[in-house]
Amino acid sequence: MRGQEARDQAERKAAMATLAQSSGDDIVRLWNEAGLPSQAELLRGPETGLVTLRGRIGGGGAPFNVGEATVTRATVRLPSGQVGHCYALGRDKQKAKLAAIADALWQDPARRTEVETRLIGPLRSALATAQEKRRAETAATKVDFFTMVRGED
Amino acid sequence: MYVAVKGGEAAIRNAHSLLADRRRGDRSVPALRLDQIVEQLALGVDRVMSEGSLYDLELAALAIVQARGDMIEAIFLVRAYRTTLPRFGYSNPIDTGAMLVERRVSATYKDLPGGQLLGPTFDYTHRLLDPELAAGANVAAPLRRETEAQAMPRVSAILAREGLIEPDGEMPQDHVPGDITREPLEFPMARDIRLQALSRGDEGFLLALGYSTQRGYARNHPFVGEIRIGEVELELDVPELPFAAPLGTVRVTECQMVNQFKGSAKAPPQFTRGYGLVFGQSERKAMAMALCDRALRASELGEDIIAAAQDEEFVISHSDNVQATGFVEHLKLPHYVDFQAELDLVRRMRAEYEARKNPAKVDEKREAAE
Repeated sequence: MRGQEARDQAERKAAMATLAQSSGDDIVRLWNEAGLPSQAELLRGPETGLVTLRGRIGGGGAPFNVGEATVTRATVRLPSGQVGHCYALGRDKQKAKLAAIADALWQDPARRTEVETRLIGPLRSALATAQEKRRAETAATKVDFFTMVRGED
Repeated sequence: MYVAVKGGEAAIRNAHSLLADRRRGDRSVPALRLDQIVEQLALGVDRVMSEGSLYDLELAALAIVQARGDMIEAIFLVRAYRTTLPRFGYSNPIDTGAMLVERRVSATYKDLPGGQLLGPTFDYTHRLLDPELAAGANVAAPLRRETEAQAMPRVSAILAREGLIEPDGEMPQDHVPGDITREPLEFPMARDIRLQALSRGDEGFLLALGYSTQRGYARNHPFVGEIRIGEVELELDVPELPFAAPLGTVRVTECQMVNQFKGSAKAPPQFTRGYGLVFGQSERKAMAMALCDRALRASELGEDIIAAAQDEEFVISHSDNVQATGFVEHLKLPHYVDFQAELDLVRRMRAEYEARKNPAKVDEKREAAE
């Protein structure tokens, strides 16, 4: 795979991950603010199903099945021909459809920058802020050990 | 003789509407919203997800309300719902080492990379009921400490360097992980299948069994190598994408139990391990699971099977609370015909018993009748 193609795939995956982790409400709000087009042909879904979550024995050993999670997926085609996909945890069908359209728009070179700056960027920074807050709150509960001095004097 | 009957439709209908009424309770009290349950009864939601074996916060919250807070009933509802959905596939195995950690403690190492992070724990609370909570007092925002994000390797990786601890559990190269939702249980079973059953097993049952190992029934000297709680990313390989589809994040609890082991004919003295991995923040369950996992490895490690917690068929066959409650609770459904037959049998046996015990009296009776 050429370097550019690999970079594109990594960026597309990162955008899809941001969409999957964001709430449907946030996506709809930013979508409307950005005035992104939402006309697209639904090729599949949106439909909800199950994905069986796998862990590894001991954390890093052989895989085993832990349990299932609800996942909603959608596939769309834009009037301009790009096909977009979404798989996201939960049962939010509107979110899955919009995220699939976003994925399709992202693949259109004329639209990518707009999708990145108006939609993915703000979602990503909101997620990063929330993550940083969580990390800092957890860090405040870190135990600092002090060596006890024997009280002989 | 018993004649087949039917009936009860109206009674059942009315009972269900009475249930709906009692579930709602006093109408002057505001109805619970699902987001209130998700936010404020979060660990109950986590238990329903883990034993219902379905990660979906809102569905678990709905199940809790619908079941009036009866957790096993809620778990039952979630299990039933699962069967209505198609299956998209198996995720790639999660990487707990890359977790966004919300709690992480080790009882074996004081200074470990990333440190001891207590997180939102009940540990060290005084277990005093809080009247302020009852009065609905405002809660202050938690403190923050700004630090560089630190890598937090699993403790098992640290212990492994000395070679005194067994590695993460491996299976043969071509082994496909078993799935108890697709194939019936068969004994003896591989460790991967056992772990799937334990992860959805009843917390109380596994807790009691884990406790029994500590009290000496298959003692295996456990230490909590590490407990970590936090969010991990989930990915699914799909044919339509050239990379794994990112699905979002799920919260899980992982417990690495480390057990002193004096060695056997099959394995040298070392630290052996038990593993627990559970949906949500479910620390007690993850610990109990890890204790049971280790106890159930008795035959693999060449230990004598002397206690209930080591008996795979006993533990796994009885760990599922939906199955258990189904079989126990079915006893209250009409058994009129069965009981009639048994009644007849017991009457006859009793008559024979009386006859053996007191033959004269029976003869007298017979004569009198004649």
